[in-house]
Amino acid sequence: MRHRSLLAGAALAGTLAIVLTGCVPNSTAEGSTISVKASEKSCELSASTASSGAITFTISNSGSDVTELEILAEDKLRIVGEKENIGPGTSPKYVVQLDPGTYYTTCKPGMIGAGVGQTEFTVTGKAAKADASQKKLTDQAVTNYIGYVKAQTEELLPATSAFTAAYLAGDDDKARSLFASTRVFYERIEPTAEAFGDLDPEIDYREVDAVAEGLSWTGFHRIEKDLWPPAADALNSDGTSALLDWAPSTPEQRKEFADGLNADVKKLYDLVHAKDFTVSLSDISNGAIGLLDEVATGKISGEEDWWSHTDLTDFAANVQGAEVAFGNVKEIAAAKGGSAAKLMDRIQGQFDAMNSLLGRYGSIESGFTPYDEVTDAQRKELSDQVNALAEPLSQLTSTVLGL
Amino acid sequence: MSDEPDRRLSRRGLLGLAGAGAVGLAAGVGGTVAVDRLTGAGAANGAGVRYPFYGRHQSGITTPAQDRLHFAVFDLAENSDADDLKSLLKDWTAAAARMTQGLDVGKHGAVGGSPYAPPEDTGEALGLPPSGLTLTFGFGPSLFTTKDGADRLGLAGRRPPLLQPLPRFSGDALQPQLTGGDLCIQACSDDPQVAVHAIRNLSRIAFGRASLRWSQLGFGRTSSTSTAQSTPRNLFGFKDGTANVKAEEQNAVDTSVWVGAGDGPEWMTGGSYLVARKIRMIIESWDRSQLSEQQNVIGRDKDAGAPLSGGTEFTDPDFTAKDSGGSPLIPKDSHVRLAHPSVNGGVRLLRRGYNFVDGNDELGRLNAGLFFLSFQRSPEQFITVQKSLAGVDALNEYIRHVGSGVFAVPPGAKQGGYIGAGLFG
Repeated sequence: MRHRSLLAGAALAGTLAIVLTGCVPNSTAEGSTISVKASEKSCELSASTASSGAITFTISNSGSDVTELEILAEDKLRIVGEKENIGPGTSPKYVVQLDPGTYYTTCKPGMIGAGVGQTEFTVTGKAAKADASQKKLTDQAVTNYIGYVKAQTEELLPATSAFTAAYLAGDDDKARSLFASTRVFYERIEPTAEAFGDLDPEIDYREVDAVAEGLSWTGFHRIEKDLWPPAADALNSDGTSALLDWAPSTPEQRKEFADGLNADVKKLYDLVHAKDFTVSLSDISNGAIGLLDEVATGKISGEEDWWSHTDLTDFAANVQGAEVAFGNVKEIAAAKGGSAAKLMDRIQGQFDAMNSLLGRYGSIESGFTPYDEVTDAQRKELSDQVNALAEPLSQLTSTVLGL
Repeated sequence: MSDEPDRRLSRRGLLGLAGAGAVGLAAGVGGTVAVDRLTGAGAANGAGVRYPFYGRHQSGITTPAQDRLHFAVFDLAENSDADDLKSLLKDWTAAAARMTQGLDVGKHGAVGGSPYAPPEDTGEALGLPPSGLTLTFGFGPSLFTTKDGADRLGLAGRRPPLLQPLPRFSGDALQPQLTGGDLCIQACSDDPQVAVHAIRNLSRIAFGRASLRWSQLGFGRTSSTSTAQSTPRNLFGFKDGTANVKAEEQNAVDTSVWVGAGDGPEWMTGGSYLVARKIRMIIESWDRSQLSEQQNVIGRDKDAGAPLSGGTEFTDPDFTAKDSGGSPLIPKDSHVRLAHPSVNGGVRLLRRGYNFVDGNDELGRLNAGLFFLSFQRSPEQFITVQKSLAGVDALNEYIRHVGSGVFAVPPGAKQGGYIGAGLFG
């Protein structure tokens, strides 16, 4: 909801905007080989451990639809490797360099949804010698972040359909229960959507902003107000009457808003799956910073989800998205050593503190305390922690770029 | 954020040195504070005045009271430990040492850093002279011991026995959100923008370690702390602070303001205790009271500030003087009498208060008053005077104490050291 101007300097674009080329490093004959049986319902690995280094996955797709293999970091969010467009009946090889640690593999039939057969996968042995090539680290960061953005839209699309279907059917209880969990996939990658101009206003504008800018008001928050209809004396976040120029949507309007949101989300999915979609390193680091700004300005005040009070879910999703973006670029900065490495530790420590504080109020999976039940003192505590995190995080771009 | 050597003489480049034919004038105010008057122009309102940051005592106590205040109280983050406090005090010291000299914060300052990083200094004081900025740091009781008595930082043993929450006084209307706090910073300057810039940057430096609990802007000093200053007026329209401890009274300063060796604890020697009270004035009622009533409440003449017993502003009040009817010329419940050292066992305070107006309240009354600040060798001095005033002072009809804090103000830092180092020694 906020438009951070991306670093668009010609020099930067020239050196940092890396075109996505597909998979990562070279194959080595000595590395582990794992075969993956992918179907509509499962994603079975021949082994759940492997030695660090180049690991070859041979993925046999026995399903009837195209699929993809994703390798997720321990947080189950950050993508460290993926092989897309695995056609039915094919068995392509995919090689990825993995350091020791815990990972999760999952297959995504139709390249949509949350994926099937998520399996813990352990890599043992020694960490690969730090590759001094910043270019290589950068390529990897960009590839993995693009994979993450795609994966989020792949989950957003079906979640939005289910949400709008309930809304359209008049099953408001169900729609209410899906509102926050659907938005999570959007809130995690919001800066990317914002980069596409009109899309964010159509998907995520709040009423007061749409009115102020003379836009027709659509998207999640339009539907939110139908699902949590205001009392006669309720006020909008800008102090105007909640009923000013607003009435509950008619069935025809519901259809219009539901179809519109589905179409916009599909548009977002298509844009990030386009062959020429890419991000620069600074897009990623500024995305992390921008997500925390979203929290500091919109979520902490409770203005984002004015009627549903599900602000803490958005808050947590913004923080997760920022942490994933940070996680993608931190090795680049850490490789520089010295104060840059120290800053990365400091930021990680503040992410940990933020997550543990948010954990007191619930989780994305089980839901959070409604924000209108969070006291002023608790809001200040949350705000203090956002500041504690956002202040060092604001150094991320210059540190990662070394400029 | 180390104490970088001066890259520039000041935010304003050479501060007009070339044209001004600068003179270095060391005025021994209070025995410790040297005033470095850099320019003739602008000196009228103190713009070019620069006070040293390092020294035996912290600046901002016996320093001639500047015109503007930004006072800020912080709470240490719940999960902070003694190392966090130490690093915060070091960072604050480094930044304060620069800002008081008219320099911007950090290695790269407001505009010298990477275009892809937020500037280290927020920039609104660029081009402004030091403007007499002083930054004075203090520690509240809750820094050492929580309300439940827990030794939160392992520093409870360092807590000065005198540093206790103030007792409740009759008529207190304290609001929790304006009361207490772990750390305080008093920023005084002759330019409000310079004072605000200092607190803003120090707050930013604290993120993650401490956050603002309450703060107060003040305009218009209500006390003189030097005989060279004229006595200003508070929002009641009366001269205030006529009988204040002045920097030039070396004996009084040593007796009443600085913590002496042996007062304990040792790390506080050369420091002081600060009491802050936010006093709301019911000015609408005051303004409707008759002149004679106003003068009787204060015990002084409104025009010249002379005591009602006669003389001039600086004549000692004669509490025995009576009118022809046998009534005391200075009423028994007048403010000047109840606050006077002669009725308080000789106790004196060094007051440094400021007028404030925080917009208006919901009834359409100006939210105005006096932000009372006093420095004393022991909080007992303030408690003695306030006990004398509370419940009896005729002025109480027109005032409410709504905020309160007491802080141990450590001695000044040596060059290369940091404020509060004695806490960890």
